[in-house]
Amino acid sequence: MIWHPAFVLIFGALLVPLLGGKLRSLYVIALPMVALIAVALLPKGDHMTVSWLAGFGDLTLLRVDGYSKPFGYIFTINAIAAFVFAFHVKDSNQQVSSLFYIGSALGAVFAGDLITLYVFWEVMAVASTMLILARRSSRSMGAGFRYVLVHILGGLLFLAGIVITYNHSGTIAFDGFNPETDKHLGTWLILIGFLVNAAAPPFSAWLSDAYPEATVTGSVILSAYTTKTAVYALIRGYPGWDILITVGCFMALYGIVYALLENDMRRILAYSIINQVGFMVCAVGIGTAMCLDGAIAHAFCHIIYKSLLWMSAGAVLYRVGKSKCTDLGGLYKSMPLSLWLGCIGALAISAVPLTSGFTSKTIILAGAAYEHHFWPWFILEIASAGVFLHAGIKFPYFVFFAKDQGHKVEEAPRHMIWAMGILAFFCIALGLFPKPLYALLPNHGSYDFSAWKPEKVITQLQLLLLSALTFFVWIKWLKRTDTIVLDTDWFYRKGGPLLQRVVGKVLNGLNAVTYQGVIGRLVPRISSFAQSAPSRIFAAALVPIWVAQGIRGEALTAKREDFFNQSRLGAFAVGITACLGVLVLALLFFF
Amino acid sequence: MSDDTETEKDWVYRDSTKKLLMRLLLVGCVLSVLAELFVLDRKGKFGVDGFFGFYAFIGFVSCTIMIFVAKLLGLVLKVRPDYYEKNGKEGEQ
Repeated sequence: MIWHPAFVLIFGALLVPLLGGKLRSLYVIALPMVALIAVALLPKGDHMTVSWLAGFGDLTLLRVDGYSKPFGYIFTINAIAAFVFAFHVKDSNQQVSSLFYIGSALGAVFAGDLITLYVFWEVMAVASTMLILARRSSRSMGAGFRYVLVHILGGLLFLAGIVITYNHSGTIAFDGFNPETDKHLGTWLILIGFLVNAAAPPFSAWLSDAYPEATVTGSVILSAYTTKTAVYALIRGYPGWDILITVGCFMALYGIVYALLENDMRRILAYSIINQVGFMVCAVGIGTAMCLDGAIAHAFCHIIYKSLLWMSAGAVLYRVGKSKCTDLGGLYKSMPLSLWLGCIGALAISAVPLTSGFTSKTIILAGAAYEHHFWPWFILEIASAGVFLHAGIKFPYFVFFAKDQGHKVEEAPRHMIWAMGILAFFCIALGLFPKPLYALLPNHGSYDFSAWKPEKVITQLQLLLLSALTFFVWIKWLKRTDTIVLDTDWFYRKGGPLLQRVVGKVLNGLNAVTYQGVIGRLVPRISSFAQSAPSRIFAAALVPIWVAQGIRGEALTAKREDFFNQSRLGAFAVGITACLGVLVLALLFFF
Repeated sequence: MSDDTETEKDWVYRDSTKKLLMRLLLVGCVLSVLAELFVLDRKGKFGVDGFFGFYAFIGFVSCTIMIFVAKLLGLVLKVRPDYYEKNGKEGEQ
């Protein structure tokens, strides 16, 4: 019998309100365990096909293959750890929303057609919004509102894309779109819909805006699913689309720069998600079997260490009640386990050898190098160094060390430590023994790869140690300030007024210069020229005649001035006609 | 700073500890670069990355550039924490 892991969680969630106390907390931990078993037992192939509208083809609710299964595993494993972490939560709304959210993420990765994917995609958006609103603060309300608006937009673009794509190809099947033959408005719209969920700039601000405003446990759960479902959708639909190489590289660098600027520890981690997803998106853009495997492996490991980091930050927030680096520091004494477990996550995200990040990220870098993509490879290497800078060192340093702010708090609750312990175990285990993970990958065996090459280990250590040195050399420049950082909203919040000022200065300045030049100088000159030029021409024309008459020197000057004045005033003793007659005669005389 | 306050401080915050850790880090950096000498057949994937100490170089230089680019962007992008709450001035609500 086949159980759809998504339905295990979604239908299981309906019973949550009927239970109470610890039983309910245990029940929500048990559900993803059942879903994990369901994933493990899924045979490869298409299952649960449902016919709906005639002519549209069947819906495939469950497509099990090498692409969807690794995501199924990691989504359920992470859910178990997340619910252990959230053991203290009494709010059934959060538990139900979380189960719907994770369930629909599972539904999306196992979807075999665009319609099924779209339905789960939208359920995921709604359920995740509930997790943000669950904090019940005015900030989380605002962030949740903005979050849902962005995701509605993304969902609508996705839907429009499906309609156009169906019109174009006559099928709702969700297979890879060919980068050569399938480029049309429909596929572009679907791609934008996916990129909105992947938090690719300029559609990224929702992530750093909303995740840090969610509850302590809500943000741990949120950090894993929306972006990684989008990564799965990109792997499935858009391998080899060149644009994704550029988008991924930009995301990798953008995430670092913003994480360096941030003061709030959970925002640092939020930007770090964008950075890490950048690696995966770039790998999808390269699109070879090795890179796609790298993207899946990296998504797998990323979910684990990123959840671990969010848990570490969540434990601090839970105990101290603050999340700004300027308010934190010196917690290594009171929360040593949260520190050390968080540090394992920090080392894993930095791809330090012996951790999971190293064994997964290296596949992407090697894949880029095999294809001789120098610039993507180079940017991702730089980004690897930058990850250590912001997530590997900055986060633990400013939260647990830096300046002791005198917070006397207890260590995180035992269930939180257990949850972090589970994930830390996976970070190390997958770093030491990556083969089980590699065996899950769809193209495993079709390329030659080993992370544990001496030269790779040494060069990676060089990169990371020098990155660490950079941090401490420039530590004064990294001093935290109690500020927030504008994202793409800079363009209308700051850029708009700036444009107004610049345009005002330029245009008003141009106006003033034009006024001075044209009205103040040019027009009077033209006027003066118009008044005196004919008289001067006449005077100049008559000079040779006067010279011929023997008038010289001062007399000539006086005569000319006198003629000029008379001409300007029109006060000739003779008329203009006589004057012109003289002029004509003079011309006849000389020529 | 007197020795008394220095010894009263927690070991993490003592200047001596900071110096020691910094020295250890420097030794680690040097060792990681020297270790490259023992990988005799290291060839770059693109040529340029085959140079001795290439990764150490880009590690330091790229991180320095990123820090200063972030610092410069901060001049434009950083705003007060209540920026979005300011009523009737900038931002929303």
